[in-house]
Amino acid sequence: MVDRRQTVAVTFDGVDAEGVVGESVLECARRNGVTIPSLCFLEGLSVWGGCRICVVEVAEDHRLRPACATQVVPDMEIKIETPRLRAYRKSILELLFAEGNHVCAVCVSNGKCELQDMAVHCGMDHVRYDYRSPLREIDASHPKYVFDPNRCILCTRCVRVCDEIEGAHVWDVSYRGEQALLVTEMNKPWGESLSCTWCGKCVAVCPTGSLAYQGRAIGEMEHDPVMIKRLAVARSRNEWLYPEESK
Amino acid sequence: MTRARIATAWLGGCSGCHMSLLDMDEWLFELAQVADIVYSPIADVKIFPEDVDATLVEGAIANEDNLELALEIRAKSRLVISFGDCAVTGNVTAMRNPLGDPQQILQSVYVDAPDRDGQIPVEPGIVPPLLPQVLPVHKAIRVDAFLPGCPPPADRIQAALEALLEGALPPNRGEAIRFG
Repeated sequence: MVDRRQTVAVTFDGVDAEGVVGESVLECARRNGVTIPSLCFLEGLSVWGGCRICVVEVAEDHRLRPACATQVVPDMEIKIETPRLRAYRKSILELLFAEGNHVCAVCVSNGKCELQDMAVHCGMDHVRYDYRSPLREIDASHPKYVFDPNRCILCTRCVRVCDEIEGAHVWDVSYRGEQALLVTEMNKPWGESLSCTWCGKCVAVCPTGSLAYQGRAIGEMEHDPVMIKRLAVARSRNEWLYPEESK
Repeated sequence: MTRARIATAWLGGCSGCHMSLLDMDEWLFELAQVADIVYSPIADVKIFPEDVDATLVEGAIANEDNLELALEIRAKSRLVISFGDCAVTGNVTAMRNPLGDPQQILQSVYVDAPDRDGQIPVEPGIVPPLLPQVLPVHKAIRVDAFLPGCPPPADRIQAALEALLEGALPPNRGEAIRFG
C-alpha cells in the first residue's frame, strides 16, 4: 500500500530522514530508527510533554522543544545529541531522582524500570542536587494494586490511560508545584474508589515502581506499557466490533 | 615498580559492597600482586594511613563517626570513590530522612517498639550520635568517581580497580553506572 500522506525532508543530527506532515518529531525519529530518549510519552495516549526528557534543538533558532509535542516541518534540522541537550537531560533526571524517594535497591521494579534505564542511558552516575526526601504515604488499600507516591515522577501516563482508554478517570494530579501528588478519585484511598474497574492499565503503563501488583517483592514487577499501543491501534481500526457495528 | 596503596572504608552501609568485593574471588590474588590494601574492614588496621592512592568508600554519612572518617579519608587519599548506592545516593541508609528528627526515630525503634526494657543506647565516645540527615558521601567531601550498584557486581568493582591501577578513573558509562 502506498502511503499517500505528504512527506517532508528533515535531518536528525545531520542525517537525512523522511517526516510525514502532522506527525511529531518524536514519532518521526522512532519511525526512522533514531533514538530520542523520552519518559512521559507513550504510544496510544495523548501527548503530555511534561517530563522534558525528549527536548531537542531545532537549528533555526536553537530553541528547546519537546520532541513529543512538536510537529515536523519541511527542512527541519533537529539536533538530539549536543553537549547542551545531554547536560539538560541529565539535569532533568537528577531532579527527578532528587524530588522523590527512588531507592532502586528496594523497589519492586528494580532492573525493569524506565527511570533507572534512562539514568543509564543519560550517563547519570550520581545526583548533584540535594535530595528532598519528602514524606509520602503508600496507598496499599486496593486489593490488587499498590500505589507508592515516593517513586512517582508525575508522568501522568496512569491519568491519561485511565481517562482515555479505560474511560474511568480514577487518577488525577492534585495540589501544585512541589506538593503535586497523584490521587485516586477525590483524594480517597484507592481501595474505596467506586469508579476503579480494576483493569490494571495504570499499573501496566507506569514507568517506575510507583504502581505495582500487590505482593511483589524487589525486582519482581514487570510493566507492560506496549499493551496500550495494541489497544489504541485495535480500537482505531474497530478490530473488536462486529462488521455491522463498525459501520 | 611501586605498589599501589588502595583502601576501602565502611560507613553507613550493610557491608554488602564489601561482600561483593570479596566476590572478585581469585582476582584478589592478582590485586595483591600489584597493590597493598592499606586500610579496610577486612584488614586489621585501626588508623587510616597517610598517602593512599585510592579509597573506595562504602556507605552513606549517617553519624558523626562516618563524617569524621570521611574527612580523614579525603585528607589522606588522592582519589575517593563512592562505592555502592549508599555512598552514591544515600540509598537504604537514607530512608530515615523523610521521617526527620533522628531522636524520634531512635525513640520509636529502641523504646516504643520493644516489648520490654527499651532504652536508647547512649555511650559517649563509643556509640556515635546520628546526624540530622543521612548524606551521600559527595555531600560531605569531594568525590572523584562513582561506582553505583546495590551492591556493585564483582566484575564492576574489578573494572573500577583495574582502571585505578592504570591511573584512570573507573568506567562511568553504560551498565557500569546502573543503580540498584
